[in-house]
Amino acid sequence: MRYSAFSILSQALKGNTGWKPVWREPEPKAEYDVVIVGGGGHGLSTAYYLAKNHGLTNVAVVERGYIGSGNIGRNTTIIRSNYGEHGNIPFYEWSLKLWEGLEQDINYNAMVSQRGVLNLYHSDAQRDAAARRGNTMRMHGVDAELLDVEEVRKLVPNLNFDNARFPIYGGLFQPRGGTVRHDAVAWGYARAADTRGVDILQHCEVTGIRVENGHALGVETAKGFIKAKKIGLACAGRSSQVAAMAGLRLPIESHVLQAFVSEGVKPLIDTVITFGAGHFYISQSDKGGLVFGGNIDGYNSYAQRGNLPVIEEVMEEAVAMFPSIGRLRVLRHWGGLMDMSMDGSPIIDKTPIDNLYLNCGWCIGGFKATPASGWCFAHLIAQDASHEAAAAMRLDRFATGRLINESGTGAQPNLH
Amino acid sequence: MRITCPHCGERDVGEFAYYGDATKHRPDGSSELAAFIEYVYPRDNPAGPHRELWYHVGGCRGWLVVNRDTRSHEIFGVETAHDRRAEGARNAVAANP
Repeated sequence: MRYSAFSILSQALKGNTGWKPVWREPEPKAEYDVVIVGGGGHGLSTAYYLAKNHGLTNVAVVERGYIGSGNIGRNTTIIRSNYGEHGNIPFYEWSLKLWEGLEQDINYNAMVSQRGVLNLYHSDAQRDAAARRGNTMRMHGVDAELLDVEEVRKLVPNLNFDNARFPIYGGLFQPRGGTVRHDAVAWGYARAADTRGVDILQHCEVTGIRVENGHALGVETAKGFIKAKKIGLACAGRSSQVAAMAGLRLPIESHVLQAFVSEGVKPLIDTVITFGAGHFYISQSDKGGLVFGGNIDGYNSYAQRGNLPVIEEVMEEAVAMFPSIGRLRVLRHWGGLMDMSMDGSPIIDKTPIDNLYLNCGWCIGGFKATPASGWCFAHLIAQDASHEAAAAMRLDRFATGRLINESGTGAQPNLH
Repeated sequence: MRITCPHCGERDVGEFAYYGDATKHRPDGSSELAAFIEYVYPRDNPAGPHRELWYHVGGCRGWLVVNRDTRSHEIFGVETAHDRRAEGARNAVAANP
């Protein structure tokens, strides 16, 4: 069923009795042209663009849990393209352009809200760095505005501008950045892919990858062996484990990143704001809860929960920036698993094994990349060649020295 | 998470800085480039027991090797990196007397 104002009205008149499940729950076929391992945002968008852009519809997405159970439902919903490295900017800008047309494309309300992303700066040196980043973005055709403190005050009047240690000097603003309802992204892509014939196989854990003579032949799953002409891995957080099934070792550590939601309050923050004197970001959901987070915990973890020092740090930064939220209660918090790559940038590339393709290493920034990641990974799988926007995101860049070192911290994932 | 430092006793994880996989060993300076690439970039990244280096920056400033389960954060044992190095040297002598 196509969603429209008419379909909502007609369903309202019928007492909402006509809504159907938005995707099928098929049994696995014996063979597919492409099997995508991982039913998160990236896996689902890959399947959708394989079908839409490349005409490949004999495709399965195999997911260990249920759709929306992983990082697509654990992020802080922010989209932006304010990057500073050549290998990254065109990719993330392409992603933002895809977000801008996503809802019409997949006929699903993902609540894409371009409310802007504001990165605060607190010193002359940070202002110089913000200006440089903004200029780099504009040279790539990305929107960026360098705001002084009075312009920031107009945008967000309730910040603590005169903090003795970290006074706010201004901010770098990307008006086209914003937030998207993350669960709806998973559901919308799943529905759109399913509509085009893609099989979404939930509760179907991959337990092995069958490789013979350097060729990938298929995946062993909880529901039996599934033959595949091509296999794409899109299981960030667990990439090392899944790649190890094919004998690959990746330049990745898995870390835990925590996120938080406060109780709901009246409209307080109508943009996305990051604190420049630490690592903290905050926005307000349409339900009124403040959604915020900070650094990864900083040690290898598969626990999907973190520890107290980071929580303390995040709360300190929250009240340093927004003293007025000091009495708010945190409603809930959670953790997600991050594929922390060794230069802080992702990998979308072939592997040394024929017919096996890799999409991983999204670090703490995978959500905003969801559309372009799927677009470029689908291109790679279908055409057997990198999409130009992701051409630098190669697996061998660690050996060749062509790193995309956005944060300049080297091969130390807990510093990215 | 709390780590029991052999020098200082049980302390909050906030006192410690993480360095990562303790099974990595810097190759000899005359080694091939491939050995350095292997040292710097790929990781086993296990879901389970993981030997890792922590620095007790808020305490004795000692380097520690912690054996910890990455699935549960349960810590099985802590030793000083000095002891590990001595053990490594003994093993090298035993293998190559």
